Amino acid sequence: MKRGEVQVPMQRGSADVVAELDDLRVWFPTSAGVVRAVDGVSLQVRRGETLGLVGESGSGKSTTGLALLRLVDPTTGSVRVAGQDVTGWSRRQLRALRRRVAMVFQDPQASLDPRRTVGSSIAEPLIVHRLVDSSAARRRRVEELLDAVGLRRDLADRHPHELSGGQRQRVGIARALAGEPDLIVLDEPIASLDLSVQAQIMNLLRGLQRDLGLTYLFIAHDLAAVEHMSDRMAVMYLGRIVESGTPAQIWREPAHPYTAALLSAIPVADPQVERERRRVILSGDIPSPVDPPSGCRFRTRCPQARPDCAETDPALVEVAAGHRAACLYAGEAVRAMRVS
Amino acid sequence: MSDAVLAVSGLTVTIGTRRGPARAVAGVDWSVQAGQTLALVGESGSGKSMSVLAATGLAPRAARVTGSVRLLGSDFTALPADRRRRMRGRHVGFVFQDPMTSLNPVLSVGRQVAEAGEEHLGLTRRAARTRAIELLDLVGIPSAAQRVDAYPHQFSGGMRQRVVIAMALACEPDLLIADEPTTALDVTTQAQIVELVADLQQRLGTAVVWITHDLGVVAGIADTVAVMYAGRIVEQGPVEAVFDRPGHPYTSALLAARPEPGAGGGDLVTIAGAPPSPHDLPAGCAFWPRCPVRGDARCEHELPPLVPVAGAHHVRTFYPQRPDGEGR
Repeated sequence: MKRGEVQVPMQRGSADVVAELDDLRVWFPTSAGVVRAVDGVSLQVRRGETLGLVGESGSGKSTTGLALLRLVDPTTGSVRVAGQDVTGWSRRQLRALRRRVAMVFQDPQASLDPRRTVGSSIAEPLIVHRLVDSSAARRRRVEELLDAVGLRRDLADRHPHELSGGQRQRVGIARALAGEPDLIVLDEPIASLDLSVQAQIMNLLRGLQRDLGLTYLFIAHDLAAVEHMSDRMAVMYLGRIVESGTPAQIWREPAHPYTAALLSAIPVADPQVERERRRVILSGDIPSPVDPPSGCRFRTRCPQARPDCAETDPALVEVAAGHRAACLYAGEAVRAMRVS
Repeated sequence: MSDAVLAVSGLTVTIGTRRGPARAVAGVDWSVQAGQTLALVGESGSGKSMSVLAATGLAPRAARVTGSVRLLGSDFTALPADRRRRMRGRHVGFVFQDPMTSLNPVLSVGRQVAEAGEEHLGLTRRAARTRAIELLDLVGIPSAAQRVDAYPHQFSGGMRQRVVIAMALACEPDLLIADEPTTALDVTTQAQIVELVADLQQRLGTAVVWITHDLGVVAGIADTVAVMYAGRIVEQGPVEAVFDRPGHPYTSALLAARPEPGAGGGDLVTIAGAPPSPHDLPAGCAFWPRCPVRGDARCEHELPPLVPVAGAHHVRTFYPQRPDGEGR
């Protein structure tokens, strides 16, 4: 079974932007100092696309997603959803935002109320946002949503603990669909599922997107999954986007040394390939977001770091059409890594 | 095979639960030689971890374990409990998924690494501390001599897992059991740990049993692989044979379910449904209800045997000759 080879970058106008972050910073004061979880991120999610956000723990990818729902408050920068600046919205106004932007979490066990039935969990957004006017209409809509995510209707009367992990994640997706949001933020939606179930959920998400014209922000640490799901993707490191482009650009021609290292660390299910492979093994750990390195944040682990990397904070600049990287030696450094 | 470090045969684990007996592992045979890595692959509930816990005498109290286990040539199951504990402590090292399950949060890492040396090698406290620093250095903890007195919470996840590996190696074990040791780690950290274990194995000649659900990791580390489903091995053999010519539809499906970087975004091959409950296993092939090939009534009602297809490559099937319908 060969998969399709079609890889067409999305070409859309700015009018189609569903959500937008502009120079977002989210800093958390802690006893150890100020944690700069997100430290200058700008991105746009366009209608009908999947924007993938990939990064390791501590990269700020989840905080970025939470900011789009205003579940964390931006320290500086702005959040725009459906053309409106929601950065300063009050609690009351935010209720409307949460209908426009829905979220699916990693662990459906933790995000579903264990005492509520599946049907009642799915119906909750319908009630909160006053989307149905009778209990009959509500039941019909819940059944529609169960159908959409491939669950039997009789599961509406069950409780989350009676379901498998994959079924629970389908409930999480049905709940996110309930308010017909403009954007669904998927935060590690497959990370806690078994491999065969991960594939089911990815196929379901893509199918729903095709049928309902959904827009996704797909956040994951699994680069292969992000590549598979996304039309465009961004790689995060220590609170910043270090590279963005189409999955094909990122895979074939990574321009940032961190992306290249990340790609080289992914194990491939082929013993021959693995045996001959030369990995870029990064030394050490991701630095503390309390005190990020001067200049380029990746320089302390970069195999190609040069003296001026400590002085200049590299901007995210275009290296090819629709392909950006934040590296003073974008492209060149990666080529040097391959040779060395 | 006489020189196996660990060999299990006919290993069966039944666990008494409130809902009645659950058969977690059913008649499993495998062995691992010095300097070699056996990968046990399967999804949650496949029995991969339980088979290793049972083999090393660490199965939960409610489990009934039958079958034979030979560790370094001796009949491990026949040993009295205290000798078993000592033999395990001396010859087997363990690394689990969450390093904090192995680490004591209120003891310094040096103390914890030193403890095994004192207990099993009879080292003095001072000698054990020196050895702990050597081991922490060996597993790549920077400035080990300074960090030996630090506590687990002062280390990152990857560094904690290195400490656990240092503990596991303290007695220079003949066998290292690695149960999903990189699953909780980031991919760049995973690459560091995989490289570290491979390097140590080469230097020390340790036999490794690596339990994982990640076929990519298996391809990189394993010499032999056993794929488990619902408590049984459905396919086993040399890693190249199993990956290049998977003979069981479950193995093929697992290989195809993973998105391949650079392959574009078509639909992934999925396996419908979920694995059966260990309380209520199908009469025949446990994979039959989900099988994309869907054999005949025989598959439904009779348990297929694990048969050789080529050399050491074995597949649990009635039809060893037939090329599988689903592929990569």
